[in-house]
Amino acid sequence: MEFRYLPMTKADKKEMLDTIGVQSSDELFADIPEAVRFKGDLNIKEPKNEFELTKELTRLAEQNVNLKSHTSFLGAGVYDHYIPSIVDHVISRSEFYTAYTPYQPEISQGELQAIFEFQTMICELTGMDVANSSMYDGGTALAEAVNLSAGQTKKKKVLVSKAIHPESLAVIHSYVKGPGVEVVEIDHKDGLTDLNQLAEELDENTASVVVQYPNFFGQIEPLDEVRKIVDAEKKAMMITSSNPLALGYLTPPGEFGADIVVGDAQVFGIPAQFGGPHCGYFATTKKLMRKVPGRLVGETVDEDGRRGFVLTLQAREQHIRRDKATSNICSNQALNALASSVAMSSLGKQGLKKMSKMNIQKTAYLKQQLQQAGLKVAFEGAFFNELVVDLSGQIPEINRMLLKKGIIGGYDLGEVDEQLSGHMLVACTEIRTKEEIDQFVKELGDLHG
Amino acid sequence: MANQDFPLIFELSQESRTGFSLPTMDTPEIDVDDMIGEAYVRKSEPELPEVSELQIMRHYTGLSKRNHGVDSGFYPLGSCTMKYNPKVNEDIARLTGFSHIHPYQPAETVQGALGLMYDLQVSLEEITGLDTVTLQPAAGAHGEWTGLMMIRAFHEANGDFNRTKVIVPDSAHGTNPASATVAGFEAVTVKSDERGLVDLEDLKRVVDDQTAALMLTNPNTLGLFEQDIEEMAAIIHDAGGKLYYDGANLNAILGYARPGDMGFDVVHLNLHKTFTGPHGGGGPGSGPVGVTAELEPYLPKPVLKEENGFYSFDYERPKSIGRVKPYYGNFGINVRAYTYIRTMGPEGLKKVSEYAVINANYMMRRLQAEYDLPFDRHCKHEFILSGKRQKKLGVRTLDIAKRLLDFGYHPPTIYFPINVEEAMMIEPTETESKETLDAFVDAMLQIAEEAKNTPEKVQDAPHTTIVSRMDETQAARKPVLRYQS
Repeated sequence: MEFRYLPMTKADKKEMLDTIGVQSSDELFADIPEAVRFKGDLNIKEPKNEFELTKELTRLAEQNVNLKSHTSFLGAGVYDHYIPSIVDHVISRSEFYTAYTPYQPEISQGELQAIFEFQTMICELTGMDVANSSMYDGGTALAEAVNLSAGQTKKKKVLVSKAIHPESLAVIHSYVKGPGVEVVEIDHKDGLTDLNQLAEELDENTASVVVQYPNFFGQIEPLDEVRKIVDAEKKAMMITSSNPLALGYLTPPGEFGADIVVGDAQVFGIPAQFGGPHCGYFATTKKLMRKVPGRLVGETVDEDGRRGFVLTLQAREQHIRRDKATSNICSNQALNALASSVAMSSLGKQGLKKMSKMNIQKTAYLKQQLQQAGLKVAFEGAFFNELVVDLSGQIPEINRMLLKKGIIGGYDLGEVDEQLSGHMLVACTEIRTKEEIDQFVKELGDLHG
Repeated sequence: MANQDFPLIFELSQESRTGFSLPTMDTPEIDVDDMIGEAYVRKSEPELPEVSELQIMRHYTGLSKRNHGVDSGFYPLGSCTMKYNPKVNEDIARLTGFSHIHPYQPAETVQGALGLMYDLQVSLEEITGLDTVTLQPAAGAHGEWTGLMMIRAFHEANGDFNRTKVIVPDSAHGTNPASATVAGFEAVTVKSDERGLVDLEDLKRVVDDQTAALMLTNPNTLGLFEQDIEEMAAIIHDAGGKLYYDGANLNAILGYARPGDMGFDVVHLNLHKTFTGPHGGGGPGSGPVGVTAELEPYLPKPVLKEENGFYSFDYERPKSIGRVKPYYGNFGINVRAYTYIRTMGPEGLKKVSEYAVINANYMMRRLQAEYDLPFDRHCKHEFILSGKRQKKLGVRTLDIAKRLLDFGYHPPTIYFPINVEEAMMIEPTETESKETLDAFVDAMLQIAEEAKNTPEKVQDAPHTTIVSRMDETQAARKPVLRYQS
């Protein structure tokens, strides 16, 4: 059988084996001991041609209910937003997507500059001094931030709000096992981190305090108050995880004195794609610049004085520092960072603010309608684009009914917190229309009533 | 020559110019500032560029032209497997039913996605010879850490808290010792011998009852097959340790040997290398991990299961190391890898390795006339040259790499592995034609001649790129990591 990705002809093969000085390619594998050599054929599916494989996989994809065929109010960390058409056109430029990490700056100025621009945009959004080239996702970025704080302060306790994304919280628990950091979970009260408990738990062993802004329930945590509490311990850091779209309208964590701000740029130009790949970001202060995990791009000049960009401060990284590196991260999410950069450029200063505000306003409208329909919206605090609705019912069952009406319902909070069983976390982004919101409220009312 | 600078997108910005087209604001305007509270309404807007759509497109098209990818030209970057990235993979990953699905949709609405993941897991289990595979880790290094955490959990479950050391060969990729540290272990180095293989005597010396695992790439980063693998496995297993396989070099042995059969307990794969997920300028990747049945209870949560043809996630995993990533891994990259595996099948994958190995050996033999070959034996999918001879003439390996840029090639990996002086690590991959390999070899031979006759031509390279060598010292001493107007 012929394979279109393999150009070697029979004649090539013969000539090459002659040059090598062997009779057959088997001789090149003779150093694999007989006992561990694989004999026979791999028991995987036989190859398919492009047309038939595309047909099969297209059918498979069609089995999935998707965010385009249905109206979705599901968020909980992954959001369905407007994605400008140009995003995919840019990231489909194969000079970008078929390149590797820009180790050779002379032929990688495009990627390096794109990352430099991404770093700048993240700094602008978060109000921080320094941002890296991206992380796997918001959850692992947060876990890396926690470990950084422990390493930097040489303290072994972190206070983590239970109002952060439950899967980020779970990832933190996994990541701290290596350096042996203790995680103290801080309860939430009325949808916000319990600040009294936070103040009580904070002590001289505390490396950092972790909150999400806006938090998992969509509520806007009072960062100024959190900062005041953290300030009681000189060394303790304030770490926030933030939806960067929210920062188009909300005061950025940097202005409240955050030491590290992380999050996921999925909201900018990256489709949900079943949870990944998305695009973690990592921003911090100048003081912590040399502790940042992952790659950083810096501006410099070439021998002729022309502006250019290079990977820099590499002494932090695994390929130089090996077991003393600040992190083991190597691959990041560069192509998705590019997608987010294009989406952010497309929005620009005005569009970002507008889109961010639209999320709040449409969610405010949803809240109004829910309450008018007699449905109970839990938590009275300020919100971004998510609300918790107390339906006092079986959320999976309600979602099944909604699905029949073409609606993907919200997230079942009972999954993570027994106290919140019967509560649904709903997201309302700028793409939801008045008509869709009205229908959703009506269906929920009908199911509830 | 500052006028040749390519502007930053911020430098194109003009107030009130727009590049967006937002959905209609069709709900009543509600004053939200009161609700948010004054202190939390942003006062100064972030300085994002204000540019038109065409300006954005020209900007990024311009940047793409200042970038070299596999589609631009040969990219023999050792240890990175820069093979062709099939276009059909991109199309499949972009199908609405794969790209626009939410991770929290009920299982019954995403059976197509879960079925694909399951079949990919089964395929990778067969390819690696391991019992169970998880697709959760986001990249190779993430997979390394995941695997090591499982090994740690295994030892601890046996009441064995004394195993604090992970052995790593001196030729190993930097992520290996870094991952060991992040997982809470101490990295211990084992030396390579004159064959370029792990020194068995040194291995016996460093192994003890504190050994948690040995991390090994096979073929190793010198491109050589660790032929003593059975004995190494016995040494580690007899000491109660586990054998960890770094899948960075799996492209050499598909269908020829399987890590599971060699005695490895844990394997991570780099789907963005061997299985054509594109490298994306640095990512995203995907780093599935496979384990033996013994380690299966420790897999990260959740675990994908199949019952009577229905796929769902199992969260009831009391011994699990926990979550390593939100959601279920880099699904979009996994779709690309799956498409590739289905395109190649068993016969195709075996040919991949056969041709990758022939290509590497062919180049090695042609190049050994002018470059030092530290390990003169058949290589696998990549090989190491040393620029020692050229260094004596005042031409460093870095210069050779920069000179290659003038010929339109991405240079090999240089100064790695660290146990070879002036190392050049060349990995052609199977998707390159003989003509391409020959042209590259000819360029390398020409550079070797230049090193003898006109060394300044090499020392001053590159001559044809849009920028010359960068001042990296300045970049590190006075870091400028963002644009400021």
